[in-house]
Amino acid sequence: MKKFLALLGARNKEYIRDRGSMAWGLLFPFLIIFGFSFAFSGKNQDVFKVAVHRPAEAMTQSLTSDFLKTQYIRFFDTDNLDAAVAKLRRHQIDMLVTLEPSPKYWINSSSPKGYILEKIITGQKTSHGEPFSKEIVEGREIRYVDWLMAGLLSMNIMFSSLFGVGYVIVRYRKSGVLRRIKATPVSAFEFLAAQVASRFLLILATSAVVLAGCRLFVDFQMFGSYLNLFLVLSLGALCLISMALVVASRVASEEFAGGILNILTWPMMLFSGVWFSLEGTNPVLQKVAQVFPLTHMVDASRAIMTEGAGLAEIGGHLTILATLAVVFMAASSILFRWE
Amino acid sequence: MTKAHIEANHLEKAYGKIKAVDGVSFGVQRGQCFGLLGPNGAGKTTTIEMMEGIIPPSSGEVLFCGEPLSKESQHKIGIQFQNTSLQDFLTVRECLDLFSNLYRHTRSKAELIDLCSLEDFLDRDNRKLSGGQRQRLLLALALINDPELVFLDEPTTGLDPQARRNLWTLVEKIKSEGKSIILTTHYMEEAYALCDEIAIMDKGKIIAQGAPKELLKLYFEGQYIEIPESDLQGKKPEIFNYPFHRKGENIEFHVPDVKLALAELITQDISLNHMSVRSASLEDLFLHLTGKDLRE
Repeated sequence: MKKFLALLGARNKEYIRDRGSMAWGLLFPFLIIFGFSFAFSGKNQDVFKVAVHRPAEAMTQSLTSDFLKTQYIRFFDTDNLDAAVAKLRRHQIDMLVTLEPSPKYWINSSSPKGYILEKIITGQKTSHGEPFSKEIVEGREIRYVDWLMAGLLSMNIMFSSLFGVGYVIVRYRKSGVLRRIKATPVSAFEFLAAQVASRFLLILATSAVVLAGCRLFVDFQMFGSYLNLFLVLSLGALCLISMALVVASRVASEEFAGGILNILTWPMMLFSGVWFSLEGTNPVLQKVAQVFPLTHMVDASRAIMTEGAGLAEIGGHLTILATLAVVFMAASSILFRWE
Repeated sequence: MTKAHIEANHLEKAYGKIKAVDGVSFGVQRGQCFGLLGPNGAGKTTTIEMMEGIIPPSSGEVLFCGEPLSKESQHKIGIQFQNTSLQDFLTVRECLDLFSNLYRHTRSKAELIDLCSLEDFLDRDNRKLSGGQRQRLLLALALINDPELVFLDEPTTGLDPQARRNLWTLVEKIKSEGKSIILTTHYMEEAYALCDEIAIMDKGKIIAQGAPKELLKLYFEGQYIEIPESDLQGKKPEIFNYPFHRKGENIEFHVPDVKLALAELITQDISLNHMSVRSASLEDLFLHLTGKDLRE
């Protein structure tokens, strides 16, 4: 334990005193968030989106309303009433309508589009002549920056894990630091555990600072539990740090390691849903993206942040992240060489 | 003969078809300073890295206190590498703290700071040390576990003469504490000054081994007389019946009896104003054994 703590402390000091890396690790997500917050601060495009709830047990398929034929409104069907109400709360849709068992519409009290749609639906009736009753929901709009937060946090952790551990161990190997440690009674496990723990703690600390800063300056929305979010980020960080250990297990050239790390990070950065939703993209791409740990980290943390998902709802992602972390750790422990 | 503190038995290390070390065997007695000498690429560093347990031998074995090397033996061994780095941004004091926490038994830091004269730069970033200061720190780290056996791999390479002398003094102090030392160097005077026994390596093999003075006595008789060629006044060096070789603008004769040789030079009316006489050195021994200069 004494050896582990000594190595952990030394690595922490090295990271904290490297002001360039430290500043970049903290500033990068802020800059992105502020940049996107500014870029997407204008109004959304003027498309009215109305979800039409048609329960699976709908009695009369022919039941309709002239309202549903209104031009310039995009209607789409849903069979999940609760999910649709949740989307309305987050302004992802502008109105929710159902015809059965009794005609009803829901609008968000703070949605300007909802206000206009209400003007249109008022006085309308179903084909059976029944009027619509009104339900109000509350909730703030999910902006792009709110949606982006989970992706950026995860991406920052990915870069910090892969380059902060992978690249550093390769640099240690090249400069002879590993050889010097190897000459002591420290085991490879003790050394690697200290590197993992150091980066893990620093990632959690910087993520907390980034979250607090963004909360203060961008006021992003958080519907779920911070504890659950940190559980996802922790598991994701462990998985990505272990992946970095695999990369760093034998490579002695910083240039080669940099190439491998770029090959790993770029596809994850682009196709893990950090910047845009993968819904509607090529199905093959969507399947490939499921291999990336970052995809599961982003999806799980985004579900917590924007949908208030609990652990049960993100259990699949957590299982995949934990499995990948174990596989990567086992592989790195087999592959690791001091020199 | 007493059991060796550490011994190398038929050590070999091959990289592909190239044999970096080719059947090296020797033993180091407790408290002895043993020098491995040879030019760059002779196999010195590879040999001691196998003895340190840093790289595995292709064949052969290393016995420390009669037992094969183990993680446990690292508690009793101190190593100063030829090329090594420490973690960035750590001060000298923090490096000492870090390494002292990696061993079960450690020497007092105050004692070590005093022994290696580190007090003037204790709070300096290890990357900002001069060559001599850095070597002293690396030596302190090699001694931090109060080892029985210390490996010093070219500890003075790249140091200025004063820093080199300071390090020799330090090695003498370590020797006086009764520790065994294995030292590699390509500085003959260093080996001569510090080592009780040396092994000269070339092309991965030991070509001579023994106490420096005994080796010189074994291979050399007589002295060297060096005279500028211009002082021979046109006479060819071959007229003197002594082996000779050219050293720049000088001729160096190897003579069995200085008195007789000087008498002959005087007879030939050779000016002795710029003459110098010296004994054979380990450098001469290496030249004698391999036919090439040690620093080639």
